[in-house]
Amino acid sequence: MSTATKTTDIAHDDHHAQHQAEIKTFGFWVYLMTDLILFSTFFATFAVLAKNYAGGPGAKELFELPFLFVETMLLLVSSVTFGFAVIAQQQGKQKQMLTYLVVTGLLGLGFLGMELYEFAHMIGEGAGPDRSGFLSAFFTLVGFHGLHVTFGIVWLTVMIIQIVKVGLTSGVESRLARLSLFWHFLDIVWVGVFTFVYLFGLV
Amino acid sequence: MFGKLSLSDIPFHDPIVMGAIGSSTIGAVVILGLMTYYKKWGYLWTEWLTTVDHKKIGIMYIILAGVMLLRGFADAVMMRAQQAIAAGGNEGYLTAHHFDQVFGAHGTIMIIFVAMPFIIGLMNIIIPLQIGARDVAFPVMNSVSFFLTVAGAGLMMISLGVGEFSNTGWTGLAPLFEKEFNPGVGVDYWAWAFQLSGMGTLLGGINFVVTILKMRAPGMSLMKMPLFTWTSLTSSVLIIFSFPVITGALTLLTLDRYLGMHFFTNDMGGNMMMWNNLFWMWGHPEVYIVILPAFGIFSEVVSTFSSKRLFAYKSLVWATAVIMILSFTVWLHHFFTMGNTVNVNVFFGITTMLIAIPTGVKVYDWLFTMYRGRIRFTSPMYWMLGFLTAFVIGGMTGVLMAIPGADYVVHNSVFLVAHYHNMLIPGALFGYFAGFSYWFPKMFGFKLDEKWGKRAFWGWMIGFLVAFMPLYAVGFMGMPRRAAHYDDLSWQPYMITAAIGTAIVGLGIACQVIQLVVSFRKREELEDATGDAWDGRTLEWATASPPPEYNFAVVPVVGDLDAFWEMKEQGTAFRHYPVYADIHMPKNQPYGVIIGGLALGLGFAMIWYIWWLAIASLIGIIATIIISGSNDNDGYLIPASEVKRIEDLRFDRMAQAKKEKEEEVEKLSKEEVYEYSDKNN
Repeated sequence: MSTATKTTDIAHDDHHAQHQAEIKTFGFWVYLMTDLILFSTFFATFAVLAKNYAGGPGAKELFELPFLFVETMLLLVSSVTFGFAVIAQQQGKQKQMLTYLVVTGLLGLGFLGMELYEFAHMIGEGAGPDRSGFLSAFFTLVGFHGLHVTFGIVWLTVMIIQIVKVGLTSGVESRLARLSLFWHFLDIVWVGVFTFVYLFGLV
Repeated sequence: MFGKLSLSDIPFHDPIVMGAIGSSTIGAVVILGLMTYYKKWGYLWTEWLTTVDHKKIGIMYIILAGVMLLRGFADAVMMRAQQAIAAGGNEGYLTAHHFDQVFGAHGTIMIIFVAMPFIIGLMNIIIPLQIGARDVAFPVMNSVSFFLTVAGAGLMMISLGVGEFSNTGWTGLAPLFEKEFNPGVGVDYWAWAFQLSGMGTLLGGINFVVTILKMRAPGMSLMKMPLFTWTSLTSSVLIIFSFPVITGALTLLTLDRYLGMHFFTNDMGGNMMMWNNLFWMWGHPEVYIVILPAFGIFSEVVSTFSSKRLFAYKSLVWATAVIMILSFTVWLHHFFTMGNTVNVNVFFGITTMLIAIPTGVKVYDWLFTMYRGRIRFTSPMYWMLGFLTAFVIGGMTGVLMAIPGADYVVHNSVFLVAHYHNMLIPGALFGYFAGFSYWFPKMFGFKLDEKWGKRAFWGWMIGFLVAFMPLYAVGFMGMPRRAAHYDDLSWQPYMITAAIGTAIVGLGIACQVIQLVVSFRKREELEDATGDAWDGRTLEWATASPPPEYNFAVVPVVGDLDAFWEMKEQGTAFRHYPVYADIHMPKNQPYGVIIGGLALGLGFAMIWYIWWLAIASLIGIIATIIISGSNDNDGYLIPASEVKRIEDLRFDRMAQAKKEKEEEVEKLSKEEVYEYSDKNN
């Protein structure tokens, strides 16, 4: 095979990989939209059941704003550190990128820890998900978001291992880009949760 | 160890159930035995179970739909037989509890495990071919979608023999399906079967949207897409927007039943009517998910067999898009009697009536396509014409029920049963049958036998009319739906007529089975070597039948809506190139069948509270997703020489067939030539 045809082959493969990556990103956006509708279903459910306390505790008795503020900041900052990781990746600073990714994961874990603490605390006070329609909707919506963060952390861990083991191949880069979309998406959903569940509940 | 499951959950005392289990089991054992005898396991694994080829996945979807159609039809026969005899002093042969399970299973199977896999199967096979692509956007995910559907269907079949099925209908009924009123496993079977296949469908919807929007052949702008691709796109968009809602609603129900939450309960702050809203927010778009692609099939069929360009293509596209949007604004018409305010009911009544407008546009477009066309009355065309006549009746009864005041009279009566069967059997199912016989030569390289195809049509058409027209009348007389027994003897003649209709439909199904056998035996006579079995107009006919793995040796360039027709007119169709390029194709992967198997385990374990199995299956699924997601090297190259070998073979075969045909015609007298050309057109 002559050099000329070889170059076109490589160019062809590159083009193929690029097109593949574009398709995957688009597909992932579509998936995120379906996930958003799933969240919307739970938001709508929460809106319907928000005042159905069934004689149990309501939002004002249960939520503490300072605690939630810290929890929210952990998740928002984790989005920022993920952004820093992407910048480091573009500058080719792999070590720095890994550090930021680890920090992102730790912040996510901190968020999850606080959420679980809040859940345990509420259940301990007799305000578990089976207490009233309001609490069922609350635990489901917030817990569903928490489940997403958990999957995000698992995914992040897998990515860190892959980067360490095989480096930034085009496949790893493309998955990292999608994880970044996912992580920011969870952030946006959390802003919705914080506003509609906690702030509106406390108003 | 086995949770709630024990041997007493198998209903040994019930001869009907045991007969069904016995025959299914014997059938399965025979198939497994034959496969072992002929050593086909390896073939099954490498060629089918691990395949990522959209054509093979599509064929498997259709086989699943066919098998489940027989099961769903058996349920229909049971219900019709019961209602034909269970009047006055006669209690019938089914207990009320058993009857309740049968109608729930019938509905769930027909919508989720017949209509959905049938149409997704056709979409799988045809969309990439119609848009000139080599596969769908995510071939491995496609296999996952299919096997999730299989897992759901598996749970349906298991529920037949192990435990029971839901007694709350295919739509569910709050709060009857709550743990308090339904402590058994029936509702859980329904919810998990539904949930798993729904997730498969959701992934499929994403796949098709990306495929259609990103992988069309050069030159194919959106307004040059064949109508089946258009309707599939709108249907996929509906899947994307509506299936998450049912996933969510079923999740909430699961939380109610497993963790004692209060979403749809009648106390502790639950809201029963929220179930109806959530269910139909999915359920109504679902009607259009199954029916729009059938409209697409009818459009392809009517245009091909009228040998004319589709009349007012653009208006058909717009009508489809309008229906897609309107389908999200009508869900409340399923429960006008819920006690909404008048204004709410009026809003949803008007939106419902509005849908009749774009649908009417479509009917006229199809009629005008036929007008002055050179119509060939093939069996796909029979299904099309049967649909047109019957569907209009169903549409009119729909508009009738869209008036809230009128709906109060017929709500939950068998009038409604007649109406939606009138929409779904001619509207959706006849469309799939039309598509199946239209594209069968594309899938397998030979046509289906026309004589048996037409007999099947008459069986279905007459049987459908005899079975469902009486239900309109008896619905007006006040008969409620889902009645295991009734006292008013004046209804009985109608129910007996309906049972006779079901028997006639059964004859139609028998003809379809015979048609498959006869066609297979006559496959050499019915062979189509050209790949263009019907003098088609769209790109799927441009490649061989069955298409090679890579679909198109050279990606076609599209210049017109009827792309292949234009190529034939310009003489650029059937091009045999001297050289070909290497083709990159995805490699077979076992992830789909693994995830499907684990999902079946997960569903079964959750239904029977076998927690260790549930956790193990879930971990297995997550691990499989991680492994498959990390797999970058998922393709291989088909070398140009291999492509050339396959293409040469195709063109040799074509030339051979052409010569044979010419020789055959030469031998004929003049009259016979006319007859021959009539027969072959």
